[in-house]
Amino acid sequence: MACFLVPGAEALVMTAVTYAVKKREEKKMDRGVEKAVSDAESVSITAANGRIALSRKLTWLTSLLWGGVLLLAFEHLWHGEVTPWFPFLTAAKSPADTAVMLHEMSTVGVSMAVLVTLIWCVMIGVVHIFEKRQQAVLSEGR
Amino acid sequence: MTLLITVFAAVISTAVWYAKDGKSPMMIGMLCWIYWGASIMWFVDAVFEYVGNGASFFVPSGADMLNDSFLGLSVVALALVVWIVTLLIKDPKGTLRRALFEKDASKSGFRGNVNSRGLEDK
Repeated sequence: MACFLVPGAEALVMTAVTYAVKKREEKKMDRGVEKAVSDAESVSITAANGRIALSRKLTWLTSLLWGGVLLLAFEHLWHGEVTPWFPFLTAAKSPADTAVMLHEMSTVGVSMAVLVTLIWCVMIGVVHIFEKRQQAVLSEGR
Repeated sequence: MTLLITVFAAVISTAVWYAKDGKSPMMIGMLCWIYWGASIMWFVDAVFEYVGNGASFFVPSGADMLNDSFLGLSVVALALVVWIVTLLIKDPKGTLRRALFEKDASKSGFRGNVNSRGLEDK
């Protein structure tokens, strides 16, 4: 009914966090403390330390969340569960439907957000192994 | 059916991204994130539906299947539209910028030689 709102809320929070982390990394880069490149379209692994910037890793999570939310919002529009006029959610018209909607959000919606985050954590774990290998290669080269 | 179509779209876009060495300026990575994100979320939806309905989840009616197929194709199209609009706005290859500048130059009666960067050749 409105399950996509839960990952949507997570996407909103994580976008703000990513923005803050990116700003902090840019400040550090300006100071020359850390040379991690955070731009998603540019080089991912720096030659200096073989690490991927945290902001870039967070961008993967926000991209997954926003992508899913976009298509699921369309699906809800398709099924008439979301309307472009107030109250925007058809389930919000009656208290009984609202209760069902909230139950669905707390079960399906939360599970969606948790699974996406879990898969991202696995991705980060795999990438961490790659980073370690890259660092080993770099240290051998020195 | 919607989940199945989205998973196929996710796998195809990821394969294209990988084949292009992950460095293509066409922003195919964006499509991968959209399709994979939606696939994960619809997978959760399908699991809950299976838990609720049991084995009947796997034998949908013809009308349901048709509606879900239309929805699946529509979401694939929506993601493609979002991707192409973003690509044109960001214009990483500069194609749109070049096309606009060359058009402007020819409309204003400019007769000089304009190269691919929209600059006059000496």
